Amino acid sequence: MNIRSQISMVFHLDKCIGCHTCSIACKNIWTDRKGAEYMWWNNVETKPGTGYPGKWEDQDIYKGGWEKKGDSIQLKGAGKFKGLKNMFHNPNMPVLEDYYEPWAYQYEHLFEAEEGDDQPVARPVSLITGENITPKSGPNWDDDLSGSTDYARNDVNFKDLSPAEQEAMFQLERMTMHYLPRICNHCLNPACVAACPSGAIYKRGEDGVVLINQKKCRAWRMCVTACPYKKSYYNWNTGKSEKCLLCYPRLENGQIPACMHSCVGRIRYLGVLLYDADKIKEFASCEESELVEKQKSIYLDPNDSEVIKAAKENGIADSTIEAAQKSPVYKFIIEWGLALPLHPEFRTLPNLFYVPPLLPTMAFVENGTYETTSDSLWGAIENSRLPMKYLANLFSAGNEKTIEVVLKKLMAVRLHRRDETVGDLPEKEISDPMGEVKMDKETANEIFRLTSLPLFDERFVIPAAHREEAMEMLESTADVKGNHGFGFKEPPKRGL
Amino acid sequence: MTNQFLFIGLPYAALFVVLIGTIFRYLNFGFKVSSLSSQFLESKELFYGSRPFHWGLLFLFFGHLIAFLFPRSVMLWNSVPIRLIILEVSALAFGITACYGLFVLILRRVRNPRLIKVANKMDIVVYLVLTVQIATGLWVAVSFRWGSSWFASSLTPYIRSIFTFTPDISAISSMPLAVKIHVVSAFTLIGIIPSTRFMHFLVYPFAYLWRSYQLVIWNWDPKKIRTSRKLFNGVRSRNN
Ligand code: HEM
Ligand code: SF4
Ligand code: SF4
Repeated sequence: MNIRSQISMVFHLDKCIGCHTCSIACKNIWTDRKGAEYMWWNNVETKPGTGYPGKWEDQDIYKGGWEKKGDSIQLKGAGKFKGLKNMFHNPNMPVLEDYYEPWAYQYEHLFEAEEGDDQPVARPVSLITGENITPKSGPNWDDDLSGSTDYARNDVNFKDLSPAEQEAMFQLERMTMHYLPRICNHCLNPACVAACPSGAIYKRGEDGVVLINQKKCRAWRMCVTACPYKKSYYNWNTGKSEKCLLCYPRLENGQIPACMHSCVGRIRYLGVLLYDADKIKEFASCEESELVEKQKSIYLDPNDSEVIKAAKENGIADSTIEAAQKSPVYKFIIEWGLALPLHPEFRTLPNLFYVPPLLPTMAFVENGTYETTSDSLWGAIENSRLPMKYLANLFSAGNEKTIEVVLKKLMAVRLHRRDETVGDLPEKEISDPMGEVKMDKETANEIFRLTSLPLFDERFVIPAAHREEAMEMLESTADVKGNHGFGFKEPPKRGL
Repeated sequence: MTNQFLFIGLPYAALFVVLIGTIFRYLNFGFKVSSLSSQFLESKELFYGSRPFHWGLLFLFFGHLIAFLFPRSVMLWNSVPIRLIILEVSALAFGITACYGLFVLILRRVRNPRLIKVANKMDIVVYLVLTVQIATGLWVAVSFRWGSSWFASSLTPYIRSIFTFTPDISAISSMPLAVKIHVVSAFTLIGIIPSTRFMHFLVYPFAYLWRSYQLVIWNWDPKKIRTSRKLFNGVRSRNN
């Protein structure tokens, strides 16, 4: 057993209101720079939709992630042979058009325009060339199903849905959508790290944050291809790739990442998970149907005395172990089994888990009329507005059973709370669904509390990074005593 | 005098600059060492430019290297006419490939406003030097059909003499103009490596071939600290 600690996350999709506050918080801090304008380390997509960059989930196009080969796995579009062969021109790299051309409006013109007959206007100009452009796409162009024939209809997760099933999703009365906020998953088996020829990308041992060393990156751009989530971006100005760094300078100070801190829907949870690093390869190579269960089993019980002992032997700080015991994400993922990884079939063992959206049917069309009265409070889970297959393609590598159980648990919690607060449901209508997913009332109440009424400190449990030592993490402080600081001191200018 | 300047002064200046310059730049401006890929801004034409250019150049580079390191083997190979022709024709083919690639690259660069935005002055120098280099190379290949034997018999001793600090320019001084230009631009190319994007081939990631795929770095590895017997426990970070 080789225990490491990992900062992991849970996003509760039922709570996301699609406000993009997270994206803006991130943009303001990290990517409001030349060459990075088009990057959204945090982006929010509407599902069904094609996302950002367009159709990122389609690995036939982008060749991201790992694929199973025999008993083992290999990178789909990069790696020692494929990567080095394709260095001069990378055939699977997304280009600007796959994201969008960033632009800004010339607001100064409103003030500085010569007096004339016409009202001055603020024209959009490209942030790359400075020329006038007409924006034709953006990172959230498909927001709230807008342009749905171009976007929602082309959702990659429809691939094994029958035309009739797809059609049903677009009936006006049944139409539904949910948001999918995405950041880098800080994977246990990161494809970006494996694909980097320079060895510039690495996973931090202490907290599992995946970072790109800007001094070592040489713009071979293999990580952009290899990350199946397209969360490694190429900065066209500096000639370096960049990615979400989980606000590690904030984390080290005990603050939480900006996207999570600012989250209006309070959908985000962050905490420590302990895992067994010896199992990564084995579990990442297992059968597709087992991926979710195997990944869950890599995370260890932080209250188990054996685990604690092994963790201490591995040098994991007591404060980290303590944080792992209080971790809200451990509850959601392991204890309650409510959160699932996004596209586990990419085999990177992502550390961002999602509580899938519960979208019950509230009404149906009968004899041409819209019928909103039904004999049960909510329709059966199997008749959810999103087909089970669709959600399964997103969160469980196509395994419908897995997603069904989660949704039934979520439903059981709601029924139980309805019973506690209103009490208008017959006993059997509550005990049956609860019994089916083996949930007792205490657990249901706990889930309810952490979902709806959590305090800030319950949503985010960050171990002390031992800031006093964290300086030494970065540099031998004595060496630079009396100097102008330490760390990255070069101006981030494009080279010759 | 001119010959001495071009074939003794320039080579030594170039070698000195490249030796000191690349190390200095690597150590002090590591951030600025990059292939400065522009594929993100334009990918299609890059395919038709970058691939032929680099593969052509790579084979030519190794061709020159072999002729420099093993001149006798090259001469021996060339002693049979048909083999000489094979060598010459394939060298010419790679030369044309590289030339075509460079042509596409330059055209791509000047026609696309996005690419002009990310080009700098030294890129113009790079394109110029490469054009002269490849053009004269092709000129030599076409007009002097025994180029490979020549290189092995006359140029190799000259380059060797440079490296052994006993410069002997008698052979090179009597070469045709095309060869002279080719040699001068070659040393210019070497000399400008530290101040151009040429830096990128010096950082070719060989280590990728034998490193393990995953990379985990502890800023401050507690395990190592604990077991360290050294006075100064702890491992200096490799991240900065
Ligand atoms: C041996 C390994 C080499 C590797 C891996 C390599 C890789 C690359 C890469 C990735 C690019 C960026 C292409 C893009 O825009 O995406 C590039 C551009 C370039 N390389 Fe190389 N290169 C190598 C050798 C060379 C050599 C030997 C030369 C010339 C002497 C050279 C000259 C150039 C030039 C001039 C460009 C700029 C092309 C342009 O944007 O117009 N490279 N190289
Ligand atoms: S999600 Fe993040 S850690 Fe995982 S492969 Fe992509 S960039 Fe790497
Ligand atoms: S800030 Fe929170 S609620 Fe708003 S879009 Fe982002 S994740 Fe959703």
